[in-house]
Amino acid sequence: MRSKQNKGDTLPNQYGRLVAPVSLEGEPEVLSRSEQTRNSRRFAVDLELSNHDVNCFECPKNGDCQLQSDAMAAGLFHTSFHGKRQPVGQIDHSNPFFDYDPAKCILCGRCSQVCHLRQGRNVLSLSGRGFATKMVAGYEGDFDSSMCESCGNCVSVCPTGALTAKVHQDYRKWETTQVKTTCPYCGTGCQINLVVKNRKIVDAEPANGVANKNLLCVKGKFASYKFVTSGERLKKPLIKRDGEFVPVSWSEAINYMAERFGTLKSQYGPDSLAGFACSRSTNEDNYVFQKMVRTAFGNNNVDNCARVCHAPSVHGLGITLGSGAMTNTIADITTDVDVILLIGSNTTEAHPVIGAQIRQAVQHGTKLIIIDPRNIDLVKNSTLHLQLKGGTNIALINAMMHVIIKEGLADEKFIAERTEGYEAMRDLVADYTPEKVAPICEVAPEDIVKAARMYALADKAPLIYCLGVTEHSFGTEGVMSMSNLAMLVGKVGRPGCGVNPLRGQNNVQGACDLGASPFDFPGYQKVGDPAVQAKFEAAWHTKLNDKIGLTETQALPAAQTGRIRGLYIFGEDPMATDPDTNDVRRDLENMDFLVVHDLFMTETAKYADVVLPGLSYAEKDGTFTNTERRVQRVRQAAKALGGVKVDYQVFSELATKMGYEMAYDSPSAIMDEIAQVVPSYGGINYERLEQNSGLQWPCRTLDDPGTPILHVDKFTRGKGLFKALPYQPPDELPDDQYPFLMATGRQLYQYNTRVMTDKTPGIDQLAGRSYIEMNTVDAQKMGIKDGDKVQVSSRRGTIQTYAAVADVVSVGSVFMTLHYHDGNANVLTNPHCDDIAIIPDYKVCAVKIEPVAAPVDSH
Amino acid sequence: MAQTTQLVLTKRFGKLDPVFDLTAYQGLEGYGGLAKAVQLDPVAIMADIAESKLLGRGGMAAPVGDKWQQVAKAKGDTKYIVCNANEGEPGTFKDKALLAQDPLAVIEGMTIAAWTLKAKQGYIYVQGRYPELVATIEAALQQARLAHYLGQEILGIPDFNFDIEVIAGGGAYVCGETSALLNALAGQPGRPDSKPTDPTQTGLFGAPTLINNVESFANIPVILRLGSGAFLALGTPEAGGTKLICLTGQIKHRGLFEVPLGLPLTDILNGAEYGGGALNGHQLKFVHFGGQAGAIAAAADLDELTYSYEALQVKNLTIGSGAIVVMDERTSIIDYLTSVAQFFMTESCGKCIACRLGTLRIYEMLQRFQQHAGVPGDLTYFEHMVDHVADQSICPVGQSIGNPIFSAMEQFPEEFKKTIDWQAQPKEEVPW
Ligand SMILES: Cc1cc2nc3c(=O)[nH]c(=O)nc-3n(C[C@H](O)[C@H](O)[C@H](O)COP(=O)(O)O)c2cc1C
Ligand code: SF4
Ligand code: SF4
Ligand code: SF4
Repeated sequence: MRSKQNKGDTLPNQYGRLVAPVSLEGEPEVLSRSEQTRNSRRFAVDLELSNHDVNCFECPKNGDCQLQSDAMAAGLFHTSFHGKRQPVGQIDHSNPFFDYDPAKCILCGRCSQVCHLRQGRNVLSLSGRGFATKMVAGYEGDFDSSMCESCGNCVSVCPTGALTAKVHQDYRKWETTQVKTTCPYCGTGCQINLVVKNRKIVDAEPANGVANKNLLCVKGKFASYKFVTSGERLKKPLIKRDGEFVPVSWSEAINYMAERFGTLKSQYGPDSLAGFACSRSTNEDNYVFQKMVRTAFGNNNVDNCARVCHAPSVHGLGITLGSGAMTNTIADITTDVDVILLIGSNTTEAHPVIGAQIRQAVQHGTKLIIIDPRNIDLVKNSTLHLQLKGGTNIALINAMMHVIIKEGLADEKFIAERTEGYEAMRDLVADYTPEKVAPICEVAPEDIVKAARMYALADKAPLIYCLGVTEHSFGTEGVMSMSNLAMLVGKVGRPGCGVNPLRGQNNVQGACDLGASPFDFPGYQKVGDPAVQAKFEAAWHTKLNDKIGLTETQALPAAQTGRIRGLYIFGEDPMATDPDTNDVRRDLENMDFLVVHDLFMTETAKYADVVLPGLSYAEKDGTFTNTERRVQRVRQAAKALGGVKVDYQVFSELATKMGYEMAYDSPSAIMDEIAQVVPSYGGINYERLEQNSGLQWPCRTLDDPGTPILHVDKFTRGKGLFKALPYQPPDELPDDQYPFLMATGRQLYQYNTRVMTDKTPGIDQLAGRSYIEMNTVDAQKMGIKDGDKVQVSSRRGTIQTYAAVADVVSVGSVFMTLHYHDGNANVLTNPHCDDIAIIPDYKVCAVKIEPVAAPVDSH
Repeated sequence: MAQTTQLVLTKRFGKLDPVFDLTAYQGLEGYGGLAKAVQLDPVAIMADIAESKLLGRGGMAAPVGDKWQQVAKAKGDTKYIVCNANEGEPGTFKDKALLAQDPLAVIEGMTIAAWTLKAKQGYIYVQGRYPELVATIEAALQQARLAHYLGQEILGIPDFNFDIEVIAGGGAYVCGETSALLNALAGQPGRPDSKPTDPTQTGLFGAPTLINNVESFANIPVILRLGSGAFLALGTPEAGGTKLICLTGQIKHRGLFEVPLGLPLTDILNGAEYGGGALNGHQLKFVHFGGQAGAIAAAADLDELTYSYEALQVKNLTIGSGAIVVMDERTSIIDYLTSVAQFFMTESCGKCIACRLGTLRIYEMLQRFQQHAGVPGDLTYFEHMVDHVADQSICPVGQSIGNPIFSAMEQFPEEFKKTIDWQAQPKEEVPW
């Protein structure tokens, strides 16, 4: 027998190739290396084709298929085999967004790899053996009954027509172009390729952005474009006449607004007007909007929705570190770190792609500590979960610091060289022993000690937090206690560390950066500072008001006192998002003149005197700044809706009509002006953004590559400031009448008020109605079952919704998402605000719950 | 005349009742190996094993001593000991026999490994479709724990802590392959890795891991008790010890035998003590060595051969797991290969296209040959097909399919040629 193996000293492997081929029909052909390779490829293609539903005309992947191109390369289009084949047409249609056709699957395993190793889910796997091997979802095999969260990352990597988006039926690759842009949902800043056919967006694919590395979540992948072409879009300016909206021309609308705002301004003074900018819109729009308010309106009453989410981060970190933003990058805090301390962030739902990267970090050995009142999904991946009582963050952090100081784990050198205010903080936390704090937070004292040690002893340990820290009546203090903790162990200004707030909306960072704030001119340059005033007066060629303006949360109620008379709302929906909806309605009704500028007729718009149609992110050029301070391009992909004016042009024209002349040629020209007046954006222009994967501010000069990590040698404010922060209980606590502590938050499938997400039908199929999470114990006591209708009331109002009974919240706590108009949680929430950032306490209010009897038929 | 073997692996078979009776086991030299081992330095133990020239009995025939030394040298505080008891081939039952009749010998071998390599945890991976076997092993482990041969401070020695868990697997042949085995142990699907890693360095949960076969472990106490010289003397100068063989097929005495390595093959096939020769009135035709993945030899060619790794190697034959399938002149080689191909086809894990679909196409082709429906060109087509499958598969399952087929084609070319209708329209060119 001829041997296939080299004979060496060692005995042959007993498995593997031992025997060489035997030719029984004449001498074997001698083939060159390249002919052998070619034949190997042809053989593999032949086998694939022998079991593939070759039906390319009907297949969405026609022209973009690995099997097709392999067949092309091999020059082999028909199989030479005649044996057994799998049945065709057994397609799994159960997912609302994509289909799986096993007869088109080449079992390459890419989908299961991305699902396991990148998305951190274990939905897909090869099952069965031999010919019966199949890629299956979950245990039962279909997507619907699996734990699939519809992120679609498997669809994006599938090289054949096996996993395809349902929308893909309607186009073929060669008919389309791709436009790379930034996702319009959360602040992660994922890069998307919008797939465009005939100037219409037909699909979305992940692009390789620094923040997302080719991943997307369900919203970015499947819900990022349908709303653009929704029939419900506003198309013309509307003026309310006799209670009815009447379509008018742009010039009529602008003249009318200029006249009404102008009259109020001269009658009640410039301070009677206000504007809310839009943290979903571009940096350029926001810059021009705030400039319009500051120049044409003549005041600083401009704000953005960060007020109701991360204003405390801007204020708190501004005070203690000098910059109110994430100190490190997403990649940096999820790659090769020892411990992640995650506080008040349900990352996998609110920032899904960062959540996936945290799961990846855990797969690679990072230990995850979670501080959260809810049993969130990431708890499964964590080493330690401190399920504290809502609103007790500060007490818990103080106790952790107590332990760190007591056990000598504080970074004395860092404290001495780089910080101030340490002693007062140390003296305060001396009282916060784990034993004393444990009952306040309802956690075990040992766990406080364990968390403190793990965080302090780790070499690289980022602190990541979100709205669980900020949305409180002591939100700013909560944020400052984050920087206290990180500075105490010297974990600021280093790779894999830092204090990292995850910003909510796609461009909430940018809206804040560019001065949509009553306290700051663009670039956090303080209103009232004479040098700053002088600088902007010179740049904008006009006299500017030096009084700090009103926040959103102050401006709205000011309508009821007559202090604010005219309001321009650009892309916000306070009727849905602000606490105590009934009171917001009274505010809006009291407004003398209200303009709402939006994509859709929102709840708020119904109260407006003028409604203006806006353009979506896919119809304009510009930039967004993501949560890691990365300025990234937004590119026009679709034809702008006919008759809709570019947003910044509307502001310019209104300002011009009101007496302050403004005109810009392009968003790029606006960015050039921003670079002139905002030092941290000084080196940013469109040409550079084109060449780079975005630029992270501070980026001061044209040769500045940007700044991935803040506070490296020195804090932005010089020395880091410790703050002694005593724990105070939340404003409203449960009592006999309202026995449950309610928090609000987000969920994966919906986005804020759903105006964008609800235009994609599959989303509502997965998450179509509001619900209130309750603990099983409470529900049983009250005779409430999962899915039952319940009535929820607080001191401010009453709503009806459905019970979601599980062990996600602890006994005595309940949770609602903020997304739904029916069952609007904000009817219940407490408008009491933090007195520094003026943020409402969305995370703690007291409610009562009653079962709603099923309607009786005959009535 | 067959020589009478010194039995070392099967000598307690039938003498323990129940088989996990630890006292009876001790009475028959049980735990004598461990007692010796704990007197010795780990380096000395490994030297002993190396000198004994024990080759892995799971089929790969890797020197056991080398493997232990690699694990010993690997960095890491946590190390694992894994006993591969998957034994998923038809016609192989020697590991099951060892575990069913003398489980403590395997446990003792693993415990010596733990002592030597400072491992704290061991696993026995066995197929879940043998529940009584699982129960027997569990019972033996329990006896060992009660007698302080497992658990904390074994034999009262501080820091000598070791325990073993039985993992009942899904029963796939491929799970015997080391990377698939480790995946299965870690709770992942039992499929081989595309990129091979060395388990002695990064094995179970990424930690250095010793994987040995059941029979390999059972030999360890023997080496310690007898000394490496005596153990080597049981076999050949190249490979010490005895070997458990599983004789099946068309032969008088089928079953499990313990034979000294180096025994003439004619003794094994025809000796009264062993195979006892062909069934009455028949003639041996061919022998399939080492399991389904091994090569086939014509019986007539075996007269001069001894049963040893080095002698078989010269003929490209293997000892493999110890399986020896014998067939007489009534069995067509094509029929035999068709069942072999069916085995590969059903046991393919499905990861590689060539193995998943190629083994099916090979099987279908053999079915065609069975019906004498071949046309000119088919034999070349078939040859290329088998060659491609063996070439393009990532693990030895797919890679091995050429061994039985090509060796059979070489030994019995006429039988293949007879399946072809040479008058028929020839096949167009082989496309690959
Ligand atoms: C497909 C395949 C199946 C195998 N099955 C087994 C098995 O069932 N039992 C076994 O001990 N080794 C099996 N092996 C060999 C193991 O991979 C491994 O080499 C062996 O367990 C190591 O132990 P040893 O050195 O003591 O033989 C198999 C190898 C392959 C490639
Ligand atoms: S990526 Fe597509 S072709 Fe590959 S295994 Fe998954 S479904 Fe099949
Ligand atoms: S959609 Fe996402 S979660 Fe679902 S199977 Fe695909 S990768 Fe996994
Ligand atoms: S060769 Fe076969 S058994 Fe081995 S990995 Fe590939 S498909 Fe699986």
